[in-house]
Amino acid sequence: MQTRTYYIIFAWLMGLLIATVAASFLNLDRFFPGLNAAVALCIAAAKAMLVVLFFMHVRHAGKLTWIFASAAFVWLGIMLVLTLNDYLTRHPVDQPIQLSVQTK
Amino acid sequence: MTSASAPATEHEHADHAHQFDDAIQQHEAATLGMWTFLATEVLFFGALLTAYTIYRHYYFDAFRYASHEYLRWYLGAINTGVLLCSSLTVALAVHAAQHHDHAPGQSAAPPRIGQPKHLVPLLLVTMLLGLVFLCIKGTEYYIDYRENVVPGPSFFHPEHVPPGIDASHIRLFMTFYFILTGIHATHMIVGLGLFSWLTWNAHRGTFARTRSNAVEICGLYWHFVDLVWIFLFPLLYLIR
Repeated sequence: MQTRTYYIIFAWLMGLLIATVAASFLNLDRFFPGLNAAVALCIAAAKAMLVVLFFMHVRHAGKLTWIFASAAFVWLGIMLVLTLNDYLTRHPVDQPIQLSVQTK
Repeated sequence: MTSASAPATEHEHADHAHQFDDAIQQHEAATLGMWTFLATEVLFFGALLTAYTIYRHYYFDAFRYASHEYLRWYLGAINTGVLLCSSLTVALAVHAAQHHDHAPGQSAAPPRIGQPKHLVPLLLVTMLLGLVFLCIKGTEYYIDYRENVVPGPSFFHPEHVPPGIDASHIRLFMTFYFILTGIHATHMIVGLGLFSWLTWNAHRGTFARTRSNAVEICGLYWHFVDLVWIFLFPLLYLIR
């Protein structure tokens, strides 16, 4: 890989850093609740992909390295999705007001 | 291997350790081992981030208020820029170390033929950027300490809390902030230690041949620490 590639990736990373700060100043949540957080996380994921594929050389690495690198994020995904699947679909235990209203 | 004569064996072993078939296999084993470690690190930070996500969902208003009030987004953004710069210098250092190995016409030369070009300066700039990051982080911690938002005996004034926000939730956010950034900063300090070792060896010229694997896997670690910050910055500093 040429050093030129590293400078291009670096320019993209700095651009995405400016984009994520700029996006945080826009009130995107008025279009769709949670859109601000989703945009910030998408930009972070894009930056992470650039770092992993180019700076960490996974793009040109062998299949075994691909599997190990992907496994880390797949298992992180399982932990996040299964945990949030529970927590985001029930009421917090310290806010029982709605529960007591329902049982009245 | 068994049929190799004694002088040939010495020459063969100059570019890879004896348990590997060749330098390429040694390089793959080194990077795979580092990725195995990094996979455990992903889950280590992942568990904390999962807990943070749950509480941020429950106490979103308090977390947003605390993030606005007590974290400075511009310092976080500058630190992200500093880390991205350091990742670039690491990538260039790995490039310098590796391309020294594969330079044409040097295969017959003795192993210690001098230093890869620019390797030591690039490693030093990386460490300098790492120190700048830690200094800015330390300044943030100091400001937090002056504002009494560091977990401890004088943790946070409840009288400043706006209506509708629980002071304990603000304390929870600050605790998450200090644990997440503190563990990240600890990783940075470990990275600085690794890079001091690399710089010393590069200075002595012992990375002239396949020891560039050491530069590569330390580089992987440094990039990973950068990666963690790429997620911590928007999650902690940019709550809207």
